[in-house]
Amino acid sequence: MIGRRSFLVTTMMAFGFAFLYIPILSMMVFSFNESRLVTVWAGFSTKWYVELIHNDQIINAAKLSLKIAAINATGAVILGTLAGLALTRFRRFKGRTLMTGMTTAPLVMPEVITGLSLLMLFVAMEQIFGWPAGRGVTTITIAHMTFSMAYVTVVIQSRLSTLDESLEEAALDLGARPAKVFFLITLPIIFPAILAGWLLAFTLSWDDLVITSFVSGPGSSTLPLVIFSKVRLGVSPDINALATIMVSLVAIGIVTAGFYMQRQEKRRERDIQAALAINQ
Amino acid sequence: MLLAELMAWIRAFGPYRWASHRLLNWGITGRTAVIGLPYLWLILFFLIPFIIVLKISVSDIRLGMPPYEPMVHWIEHQVVALQINFGNYAFLFKDALYRNAYMNSILVAAGSTVLCLLVGYPMAYGIARTSPSWRNLLLMMVMLPFWTSFLLRVYAWIGILKNNGLINNVLMAMGVIDEPIVMLQTDFAVYVGIVYSYLPFMVLPLYATLEKMDLTLLEAAADLGCHPTKAFMTITLPLSVPGIVAGSMLVFIPAVGEFVIPALLGGPDSLMIGRVLWEEFFHNRDWPVASAVAIAMLILLVGPIMILQYNQGRQAGAHR
Repeated sequence: MIGRRSFLVTTMMAFGFAFLYIPILSMMVFSFNESRLVTVWAGFSTKWYVELIHNDQIINAAKLSLKIAAINATGAVILGTLAGLALTRFRRFKGRTLMTGMTTAPLVMPEVITGLSLLMLFVAMEQIFGWPAGRGVTTITIAHMTFSMAYVTVVIQSRLSTLDESLEEAALDLGARPAKVFFLITLPIIFPAILAGWLLAFTLSWDDLVITSFVSGPGSSTLPLVIFSKVRLGVSPDINALATIMVSLVAIGIVTAGFYMQRQEKRRERDIQAALAINQ
Repeated sequence: MLLAELMAWIRAFGPYRWASHRLLNWGITGRTAVIGLPYLWLILFFLIPFIIVLKISVSDIRLGMPPYEPMVHWIEHQVVALQINFGNYAFLFKDALYRNAYMNSILVAAGSTVLCLLVGYPMAYGIARTSPSWRNLLLMMVMLPFWTSFLLRVYAWIGILKNNGLINNVLMAMGVIDEPIVMLQTDFAVYVGIVYSYLPFMVLPLYATLEKMDLTLLEAAADLGCHPTKAFMTITLPLSVPGIVAGSMLVFIPAVGEFVIPALLGGPDSLMIGRVLWEEFFHNRDWPVASAVAIAMLILLVGPIMILQYNQGRQAGAHR
């Protein structure tokens, strides 16, 4: 009996999931609506998808967003992995508390503050050093890397702190240099976390509206900026179509990743069992 | 292994050896590089910007680019005039609009945090008490909205809440109401938007603490004749406090400065501080006042951020 869910909890859980999914589902359903009036059903149609593909503004913005998100994710993974390593493997160094604070604060900092302060920095830097000249892809990428590396750090840190350090110690005892230990032992083990961090950083950058608005310049309209300016004028069916495509892609990605990870987990368990059997 | 070969090749490569030798001569080891690189990045792009914002918040506005007066004026040889102006803060304090926005932000953020907790706790509890094979699927379902566009998820509510939207259409078709209920552009819509968008941030930390819980404690309570409700109140709830604190802070802090949700779902009079900052910056082009608003918001958030840090630190300590 202990640990069983009661009827009340199940009902409330169902309510919670309905709350999470009804808006997304309604958006998907109405993307196939014939009528421009988004919420009145007037028959099945895929015309909004056709319209979306022919909308150059959205397609170009999506390309730009993809580019920024990919560069950002790669940079954020490098910085975040280093920060995660520093915080888990080096217990004591000068300014550790400050570093912990600086990797947690961006996670919760309201985006308007981060965006405003980064813009002020870029303007001051331009005045003093002449770089970055104006605002555009470079400033957006730097801004995205700064807040998404904090997320990567959390992911890497939690993976590293549960990692069996004796593996690394064994390699060090056998005379491997720290860099070699990292590339041959640590990196392969934490690779799933690095991949997760990359995807997370990619998504954060792909999605970001507020910080991008502050640090973007003319000619660097990312997809969220375009969507926001359209959405502010009201509901439009081609945005529903776009949302449907994005949600479907993410859902497919997450489900695939979930299955892959479950299989890896099972294989690892089998390997451990096999290793134990040999030892006996 | 390919990686090992690559490493050996790089190491044998002349410039690499020269560079690593040079770096070691300067006292830069692998350790300093691992710590130093992210450290410098964060100092330059996270810490220094706040100092600049603080500086601009005490400057005067001027026409031109950048639209604020420098703090230091060179008058003559070696004579420097320092100009600090707290007028922006006085302005924020005196103007009822800013005071209301400030108070309203706290109220809305706190209210939606409580609502999030009320919706999220049963979900986290339910997931933690489901069989492990279902648990991963349910967790994935909580995470999925988090991976999809925040902007589009907020946008989805416009179609649901507006006068000829889903809810009103359904209610009118059922004959419950004759006139549409005005929901969009009200504070109600802002609450719904925040709870909806931040729910995963509440559920995940709650789940993490509830899942770790030792269920034998509940067994012991049941054996001793304790009613399940009482057992929940005296065992489960107190043990999940770290999760409650983490989840609440993860919702409250960003919700205070939320811009997108009040801008899309809120009415013109549902003022929140994030939106005020945005308007000051993008419409009035008043950088000093926008900076002062940012600093005022930061002062409000320092406490919650410290609570979150302390809580995370204690939880991390409990793991070891």
